[in-house]
Amino acid sequence: MEATGAEIVVRCLAEEGVEFVFGYPGGAVLNIYDEIFKQNKFKHVLVRHEQAAVHAADAYARSTGRVGVALVTSGPGVTNAVTGIATAYMDSIPIVVITGQVPTPAIGLDAFQEVDTVGITRPCVKHNFLVKDVKDLATTMKKAFIIAATGRPGPVVVDVPKDVTAHLTEFVYPATVEMRSYNPVVKGHSGQLKRAVQMLLEAERPMIYAGGGVVLGDASAQLVELARLLGFPVTNTLMGLGGYPATDRQNLGMLGMHGTYEANMAMQHCDVLLAIGARFDDRVIGNPAHFAREQRRIIHVDVDPSSISKRVRVDVPIVGDVQNVLTEMLSLLKLAKEKPDTAALNSWWTQIELWRSKNCLNYNRNSPIIKPQYVVEKLWEVTKGDAYITSDVGQHQMWAAQYYKFDKPRRWINSGGLGTMGVGLPYAMGVQLAHPDAQVACITGESSIQMCIQELSTCKQYRIPIKIVTLNNRYMGMVRQWQEFFYGSRYAESYMDSLPDFVKLAEAYGHVGMRIDKPEDVEAALKEAFSPALKERLVFMDFQTDQAENVFPMVGAGKGLSEMILAEEL
Amino acid sequence: MRHIISLLMENEAGALSRVAGLFSARAYNIESLTVAPTEDATMSRMTIVTIGSEDVIEQITKQLNKLVDVIKVMDLTEGSHIERELMLVKVKAVGPGREEMKRTSDIFRGRIIDVTDATYTIELTGTGSKLDAFLEAIDPAFIIETVRTGASGIGRGERSLKV
Repeated sequence: MEATGAEIVVRCLAEEGVEFVFGYPGGAVLNIYDEIFKQNKFKHVLVRHEQAAVHAADAYARSTGRVGVALVTSGPGVTNAVTGIATAYMDSIPIVVITGQVPTPAIGLDAFQEVDTVGITRPCVKHNFLVKDVKDLATTMKKAFIIAATGRPGPVVVDVPKDVTAHLTEFVYPATVEMRSYNPVVKGHSGQLKRAVQMLLEAERPMIYAGGGVVLGDASAQLVELARLLGFPVTNTLMGLGGYPATDRQNLGMLGMHGTYEANMAMQHCDVLLAIGARFDDRVIGNPAHFAREQRRIIHVDVDPSSISKRVRVDVPIVGDVQNVLTEMLSLLKLAKEKPDTAALNSWWTQIELWRSKNCLNYNRNSPIIKPQYVVEKLWEVTKGDAYITSDVGQHQMWAAQYYKFDKPRRWINSGGLGTMGVGLPYAMGVQLAHPDAQVACITGESSIQMCIQELSTCKQYRIPIKIVTLNNRYMGMVRQWQEFFYGSRYAESYMDSLPDFVKLAEAYGHVGMRIDKPEDVEAALKEAFSPALKERLVFMDFQTDQAENVFPMVGAGKGLSEMILAEEL
Repeated sequence: MRHIISLLMENEAGALSRVAGLFSARAYNIESLTVAPTEDATMSRMTIVTIGSEDVIEQITKQLNKLVDVIKVMDLTEGSHIERELMLVKVKAVGPGREEMKRTSDIFRGRIIDVTDATYTIELTGTGSKLDAFLEAIDPAFIIETVRTGASGIGRGERSLKV
């Protein structure tokens, strides 16, 4: 039977098993919205700004491993969505964004609400399509879902002109589509795998450096098995948190610019480094020349060949799906006659424990002012370490990463690559909708939260009972910290003046607001927010935190990984 | 070092802009870029001449391969290959210089493809350096205009880029 383009879009989404479409209507997508109105296969969530639609779809994908879907109109709908798309692109998140476009005869004529969507989004998508013929629509939708989810995942934009949504064609949804130009590598090279295993068994000071690829590739179980079998220390990147349980003794915590002393020192001084689904970026290894001063052999496992030997030369590159490669590595290790050098490992662990004994994440627990770290620690206790945590970008993000100990993958949802302020609230919406019974908290700051604050309205409409933990220090804290360290304490435009009364603001949107001024009230407030009485309510907690608190340890920009500034040194 | 990268890609609208955009976004050099459909009209073949360190060239080939529309990439400079470029040069051809211009063109195996009483249009093919040499061999005052296609390249012998 024939169907219109709009019907085809909606039926393709249903065929893909999509649960939620996050979107905002407009002229170019009215036909599609009319079809959404008539169906009941998936739920549409009306956001208050297109940026939030994409963030919510992105968080849905991060927390479930399934493809997130957003729908926006042409022109400003698309330009508003671009920040969300770029955010997902930088963190390799599988989403499909359907964008309306002006009718094909009007393309290129500067029509009302026309932008070159394919051109604008091209540098921040894995791939994009402009569908000019309704006959190509179903195949293109299938391709979009395949491309978004496979290989190194990423956002795919499907731009659909309005006339195409009205045209009729026979609807057949292909089970799969072969693309001669797109064949991501899955299995690692067997020769390289053997070399890697040999290298691991010869290591005297080994280190496992696990990134977001472990989470995205669902390889946590394999990573844990590998690390335990070998007895090697593990560090997670910001994107990899939860990929290896944080409370496990072999975990040295996060590495990088605000990583732990022990993780950064072990990275710098190891003799064999196994990098898995990580990309040696500037926030992780600091100055690459300084990193290269120490001799070490590097094995790098990644699904994306272009991530290998990009910033750091590696000795054994293994291109493949991380889960597949780790499984192969494990079976080779189990067959190997050699065992790791226990004596060498013991003395390496002695060194690591010495580094760990610096207790680099210690802070003043007797402060009369609320310490932000304390709030995160208490949140971890109150939620029994089992919540989904979203964050915005800045100091609070780093404290969340350092003090909330993630033991499971897909629990930590943040913008690592692009560093997009404003993601926290829409991220929490996407996560809570995907996991209606889970505890979901958004750790944010008074600056970030205001970038997508309008979504409090969406949360009201769909009864999304997230808990917002605002670490309110009246500053763009990370900007303030850099200004203090590197700009002679000249706090140019980093003070957040004229803040709203967040309690009243939350109440104005129909939510529960709380203001917490004293350390002794922190725990009670959190307990109340997560109590059964408020289970169905969004609770906005405004914690008045220490304005002068800084994030430590810190590796200054351009510095080496082992050149950390520690709290105790100031 | 100078590298000649050949690639096959889907002959889709916007495919060229994906390649050009990749080079500008990642600050890679493009010395020349030529593209046209192959004998199979669903595919385009592109020749890109670029300059970069080994690390940069490795990244360029990896990033090109990562483009969803790109089917195959080959660095021609890694093996023996042939490179040709076409140039059309319009020159002044008057007085005693007219005969001299014809002789120089013959030496370079050029063909005069358009003639007026005051000009010649000469067609030349060869490597980029041969075309450069021709331009150096004639008096720059005689050059009215030049147009070059940029290099096209192909592997020697059995070496081929095909699906």
